[in-house]
Amino acid sequence: MFPFESGHVRLGRRYFPSSPSRSAEAGRAAILNVSLVPLSAAKRDDSRVVLVSPRLRMPAPIRLRELIRTIRTARTQAEEREMIQKECAAIRSSFREEDNTYRCRNVAKLLYMHMLGYPAHFGQLECLKLIASQKFTDKRIGYLGAMLLLDERQDVHLLMTNCIKNDLNHSTQYVQGLALCTLGCMGSSEMCRDLAGEVEKLLKTSNSYLRKKAALCAVHVIRKVPELMEMFLPATKNLLSEKNHGVLHTSVVLLTEMCERSPDMLSHFRKLVPQLVRILKNLIMSGYSPEHDVSGISDPFLQVRILRLLRILGKGDDDSSEAMNDILAQVATNTETSKNVGNAILYETVLTIMDIKSESGLRVLAINILGRFLLNNDKNIRYVALTSLLKTVQTDHNAVQRHRSTIVDCLKDLDVSIKRSATQSVSGENICEFVLCIYSHQ
Amino acid sequence: MIKAILIFNNHGKPRLSKFYEHYTEDMEQQIIRETFHLVSKRDENVCNFLEGGLLIGGSDNKLIYRHYATLYFVFCVDSSESELGILDLIQVFVETLDKCFENVCELDLIFHMDKVHNILAEMVMGGMVLETNMNEIITQVDAQNKMEKSEAGIAGAPARAVSAVKNMNLPEIPRNINIGDISIKVPNLPSFK
Repeated sequence: MFPFESGHVRLGRRYFPSSPSRSAEAGRAAILNVSLVPLSAAKRDDSRVVLVSPRLRMPAPIRLRELIRTIRTARTQAEEREMIQKECAAIRSSFREEDNTYRCRNVAKLLYMHMLGYPAHFGQLECLKLIASQKFTDKRIGYLGAMLLLDERQDVHLLMTNCIKNDLNHSTQYVQGLALCTLGCMGSSEMCRDLAGEVEKLLKTSNSYLRKKAALCAVHVIRKVPELMEMFLPATKNLLSEKNHGVLHTSVVLLTEMCERSPDMLSHFRKLVPQLVRILKNLIMSGYSPEHDVSGISDPFLQVRILRLLRILGKGDDDSSEAMNDILAQVATNTETSKNVGNAILYETVLTIMDIKSESGLRVLAINILGRFLLNNDKNIRYVALTSLLKTVQTDHNAVQRHRSTIVDCLKDLDVSIKRSATQSVSGENICEFVLCIYSHQ
Repeated sequence: MIKAILIFNNHGKPRLSKFYEHYTEDMEQQIIRETFHLVSKRDENVCNFLEGGLLIGGSDNKLIYRHYATLYFVFCVDSSESELGILDLIQVFVETLDKCFENVCELDLIFHMDKVHNILAEMVMGGMVLETNMNEIITQVDAQNKMEKSEAGIAGAPARAVSAVKNMNLPEIPRNINIGDISIKVPNLPSFK
């Protein structure tokens, strides 16, 4: 069950234990007593053999939780700033000590402070060291730090390229996943150029976890270096024959990106329309499949994505538009509208119908669906209906007129967003009619 | 494309901020403040969409938000994303957090910021939606957490061993054991190094 309408997550207070955990105790004990050096001769006469001797060392850096707890006790901004500065100083000296054990912890704290708005740039190199570490825990925080703190304007980020390259070829899929994720989020053009080959290789792997990430990474690479788009063309050949919905979803995103960027790609991919129609049909007809089900509808996110791609492929092309007429009519009439997911699909269908060369019956159906949306109780639905009416009013002037009075009602709505949308729907040509309409309503 | 994902509480304190486009640190904080300012003014029964503020790109961008108890979840998106779809995505995100943290509350997000980032990384990548199936996301997050735990297990062993030895109460080792006629010389054990 997918409780959309309830909308409420049980967010309430939870008691947080204040005593340090056992593992924290063990951690602290280890710091102070690492050396097991025998004591001096004088002490050896003592009958109690003391196994370890305390050695003067800096206290262990506190854990992230401790820091958060401490900061939350601050009562003023100034107090918080003071605590943070103190901790920053401790972290800086810990970084200087080149301590591998606590680097992970320190960077985690730094990221927290960064979120609160305090400068954290001195941790950038440390993130790189973490990425280069062999441990998964270190890599995870290191890559997160890289995504949050680094960007292509600093030269430091180029040092990551080699690490990412190694990690893209790692034996553990999760490490490969981390590398793909980071490259896909903040890879610069140089990095993308260097590593595009690796991404392309991973796009052809049979591991669906990696394949879906590689697809989105490829989108990022194409955005940064559009000339590399050709390189990914062969790999897209059998992307749509995947069973895994995650891979399908990201593949459709990749195809959409390629089609939007290049008219050649667009005409090349038009041949995929039958396959897309088939996938969409399976989603609608498949019946209940619990793993993709959202409020009784099979994978609405994927349906919306496919509809969007169909829109791009069908625009201005008679054959493709004809091939998708049936399925669009099916989706428009069969989708459940009682939940938000159904409406998202319907909305996308309407936009597609309006954009492609659909037959007139279908267009009328689409406008009527929009009209129904305008009367919906849900404000969100009314808002999206108005924004799409705005787009269609240029092409289907007459059909929109039928819903004139409803639009006028929306003008009176108290919601600012809806009012703005309704005002925009009133285009230059028919503004006189609308004004007359408003006067006649008063 | 999703430009930014922000979670902040009713007073504007950030609980998670992830930007998929580059902004300077100052800009990021300004965006958080401005977004909070815009979103907190909204009434409960209005729609969940807002035009983006001046800082986050103007008219092409929208703020899509949902308010759960003490937290606002705000996604800043451009026109290539379906507004209703993003609303559903926010719901999936919150439900995933709920499953991962068991009755999630604001304190969970406060103390486990890195875990929330990890979960989000399995859902949205580079500003694009990666995975929307809740069970799939949770499986992957759990597997990675297991990997971390097993590493901590191996790495934590020496520390635990040292403290165990330290706490052990070893009796004095006698040098000579004399039981009547038999005299056993206990060899000199090498000192602990």
